Amino acid sequence: MARVLINLPERAKRGEIIEIKTLLQHPMETGYRLDSNGAKIPRDIVNLFACTYNGEEVFRAELFPAIAANPFIAFSTIATESDELVFSWTDDDGQTRTETRKIIVE
Amino acid sequence: MRSLFGAALALVATIAIAAEIAPEARRSGHDFDSPETRAMQDDGTANPGMLWVSEGEGLWAKKAGTAALSCRDCHSDAQTSMKGAAARYPVFDTAVGRPVDLEQRINLCRTEHQRAEPFAWESEDLLALTVFVAHQSHGLPIAEDDNPELKPFSAWGDELFHRREGQFNLSCSQCHDDNWGKRLAGSVIPQGHPTGYPVYRLEWQSLGSLQRRLRNCMTGVRAAPYDYGASEAVALELYLMERARGMTIETPAVRP
Repeated sequence: MARVLINLPERAKRGEIIEIKTLLQHPMETGYRLDSNGAKIPRDIVNLFACTYNGEEVFRAELFPAIAANPFIAFSTIATESDELVFSWTDDDGQTRTETRKIIVE
Repeated sequence: MRSLFGAALALVATIAIAAEIAPEARRSGHDFDSPETRAMQDDGTANPGMLWVSEGEGLWAKKAGTAALSCRDCHSDAQTSMKGAAARYPVFDTAVGRPVDLEQRINLCRTEHQRAEPFAWESEDLLALTVFVAHQSHGLPIAEDDNPELKPFSAWGDELFHRREGQFNLSCSQCHDDNWGKRLAGSVIPQGHPTGYPVYRLEWQSLGSLQRRLRNCMTGVRAAPYDYGASEAVALELYLMERARGMTIETPAVRP
């Protein structure tokens, strides 16, 4: 989980629907491929993505095989308070990548 | 009899010219993409190639080698110093006496100025730095170097482009000049212009260089692919840039 691109508006009006786009660099190893010695490469995909806003979970996605490498997830939520949005991705290796972005609601 | 022969010659000449794509008929691979793939490329926040651009931006400022120099220490801000670089590469390098492409230039900088190990071909680091540099030319027209020293190399590339190869006995030109727009299995054959490299290919699920793409095509016609960094590969890149002169750089492009 090397790089993350998150796009959301810096400012929004209260009650406005905002679109949030996230792109994560991840190989999404299928578990079906063999290495050069013929040994199975273990599955390593992002299996969970969640976003909390103002302490409340606003979006959650469980990911399964057959989702492309570098998964792009876009969703929308309602701007309620000026606060932090916390994004987290968890993969089969058990690693969790967390990113935080601020939004100003007027 | 002589006039008939002349007419036949003229006909042959017309066919030969018709094989080359007229400048106004040239189209980027972007035009052949599905609407979804085009949207992915055009939206900087959905284009997965931008992950490598942001990685490259970090590498640009990172000190490397025994000289402890970063790219930025010499070239300062990439937004100005690297603008247009990808639009004119490959260029002729007098020190090595042959054309070098962007990847080779980066590695020459590493070994000569940073005194660091060169990046491996297709490594994440080399792709990231190349795509970051090439992205600075986004929207600029391809204007390949007019150094006369390059002429024999682009002529060589031209010859390689038209040379039949592999078990299928096909040349690049037979698909990309003569049959573009038609389908090869399920995929549209594009004209083969290098406008968006390094490119994010959905098939690869990753970013890849123009040389990787060329090797991919060669394997497709069951020919032995050129080694990474081979003079033939660079000559072909040079010819392709000349063939695409004036077309817009769209790095990082997204292709199926």
